[in-house]
Amino acid sequence: MKLRTTLRGKEYRFRDLTDLLAKANEERSGDALAGIAAADMTERVAAKSLLADCLLSEIRLHSPLPPENDEVSRAIEEGIDEGTYASIRGWSVAELREYVLRTETDGSELLRIGRGMTSEMIAALCKLMSNLDLIQAAAKIEVITTCRTSIGYRGTLSSRAQPNHPTDHATGMKASLFEALAYGVGDAVIGINPVGDAAETIKSLLHATREVIAHWNIPTQNCVLGHVTTQMRAVQGGAPADLLFQSLAGTEEGNRGFGIDLALLREADALIRSEGTADGPNRWYFETGQGSELSANAHHGIDQVTLEARCYGLARRFDPFIVNTVVGFIGPEYLYDSKQVIRAGLEDHFMGKMHGLPMGVDVCYTNHMKADQNDMEALGVLLATAGVNFVIGVPMADDCMLNYQSLSYHDIATIRETLGKRPAPAFETWLEEAGILAGGRLTAAAGDARRFIY
Amino acid sequence: MKETGDGQGTDRFRAWMSHTPARLDVGRAGTRPPTKDMLRFRLDHAAAVDAVYGEVKPETLDEFGLFSADTQYRDKEHYLKYPGSGRLLTEESARMLADRCVSAPQVQIVVSDGLSGRAIDDNLADVLPALRDALAVNGLAEGTAFFVRGGRVGVMDDIGRLLKPEALVLLIGERPGLVTAASMSAYMCYRPGPGRRDSDRMVISNIHPGGTPPVEAGAHIGTLLRKMIEQQASGVKLDV
Repeated sequence: MKLRTTLRGKEYRFRDLTDLLAKANEERSGDALAGIAAADMTERVAAKSLLADCLLSEIRLHSPLPPENDEVSRAIEEGIDEGTYASIRGWSVAELREYVLRTETDGSELLRIGRGMTSEMIAALCKLMSNLDLIQAAAKIEVITTCRTSIGYRGTLSSRAQPNHPTDHATGMKASLFEALAYGVGDAVIGINPVGDAAETIKSLLHATREVIAHWNIPTQNCVLGHVTTQMRAVQGGAPADLLFQSLAGTEEGNRGFGIDLALLREADALIRSEGTADGPNRWYFETGQGSELSANAHHGIDQVTLEARCYGLARRFDPFIVNTVVGFIGPEYLYDSKQVIRAGLEDHFMGKMHGLPMGVDVCYTNHMKADQNDMEALGVLLATAGVNFVIGVPMADDCMLNYQSLSYHDIATIRETLGKRPAPAFETWLEEAGILAGGRLTAAAGDARRFIY
Repeated sequence: MKETGDGQGTDRFRAWMSHTPARLDVGRAGTRPPTKDMLRFRLDHAAAVDAVYGEVKPETLDEFGLFSADTQYRDKEHYLKYPGSGRLLTEESARMLADRCVSAPQVQIVVSDGLSGRAIDDNLADVLPALRDALAVNGLAEGTAFFVRGGRVGVMDDIGRLLKPEALVLLIGERPGLVTAASMSAYMCYRPGPGRRDSDRMVISNIHPGGTPPVEAGAHIGTLLRKMIEQQASGVKLDV
């Protein structure tokens, strides 16, 4: 592996693959905070140039975090289809990029080669791709998953209704949920972030959402996003859950910071497969986001794009129903402004899809980031163009519990209408029967939550 | 499915909405929100951003005779990108504190802008007198209060290292939300110093007129400080 190059008369040297991967990233504050970013733009391009010449076999050999030291690395290694890997191991990252972008290379071929790639290879590829490269390549890939219902079909844009409440009040939560449904939002999942992480809280919210789903016969799934151990207690206590949720990190130590390890995830997986209320094969909802490993001081000097890819390498071991990156939630020390958040959203979506994951994005920001709702509207359109499986909807984009902003119910309806995207098929039929949607557009009756009061 | 918009449904939904601060029943123009709701959202976001980038008014500090120390924050951008810079005082400020402050006081009060200068402007005049009354009631002696520009919660440990108070309370502006851009937190620690962790600290958050009332917060802080000093502990180790 070549670690030295001369550009315009100046020599650039890099320590190892980990250093090269970090410095090849587009600019982001988290890499600067970790002290691993390129010193200037030319050094960034020097790193990209050397990475372009790296062979996939070299990336596998020089893993930034060897499998013997980390169980996430082991999960990634065990997930590799060796036959596929053998057919591409001699490719450089530059050749890989061009193969991915070729007109003849379709989505199923991308999914095939993705199964032969480690997360580090997919991260390396991402670092050589422009924003439009990331959009075009991701748009080729269709990932359909099934829990109670199926989502992810080409031409659809699904959504999570996120009716959070600052005190987990069931009536207040339902008011937000009814408004979501009235805008056609909620086909991916009705998912609530609870304030309290008690099993009883999670149980009562699971029952409340199940009751609404049953009353109106809604083709969707429910999930309450507490810690996985608390959800397990709720499910063992008889609570109706279609999905289990957990946040993932890209290192074993980062996951320990989340209070999880692989053994716990496997135990939870067995539980939701036997006790979950859905019939489909996909029973997990995972969330990720660049920077979480650094914030837990569990990054091992590895850049946040590579670590994010490793989350996906872990996630694909569990065949999840949905995965999303909460891209702008973590704060300006990791992604400083709208340029960085937009880039990260497109990167995460592409890397997730290359891992074969049903990838969504929480298109979001906090008030101390240099970003605003206009930036989120733009990212929402870019991601829908890239074929994102789902986005998150909250009333008027304002999450009154988590105190950040995502996309609004209005935004999701607007993106669908503007780009000709439909909700998931079963949900679309349900909306049409309810008189909320006709020909892919909101009807005059849409937007009024009163119809769902019972 | 039932028809919509009947009078009864309207009343019931209004009643349901009263249980949540979520922005509901806004209506629409096509698929977009009406102008007044769009502008209300923009105003709330603008207030939040202005709170992050704003400074505490000099009058606020003058009213209580607070002088200013600086962390190594440099400017807002650096402060936001490198949180660690807000946890350490400049050498010059450290020398100033050594000169001007009572050493090893029973209770050290520190005020900082954090992520919302407005939180200090709006709440200090209610919290600080109530806190001082509570210190008197609980028989606690106060050191020399001051203001820290560009502080993070961890600056408590740097101040603890320099002034060695028995207990320290930091009144600091929270990250602004859309509900309020002027919410304050009070972080407390028994014998703060390098190596203290989050679990060693206690916090009363959401201090603003719509949350934890500022005057009540002042009294509550005084009680907690007394317990910390009595039990020589804080955070998860304190029996409240």
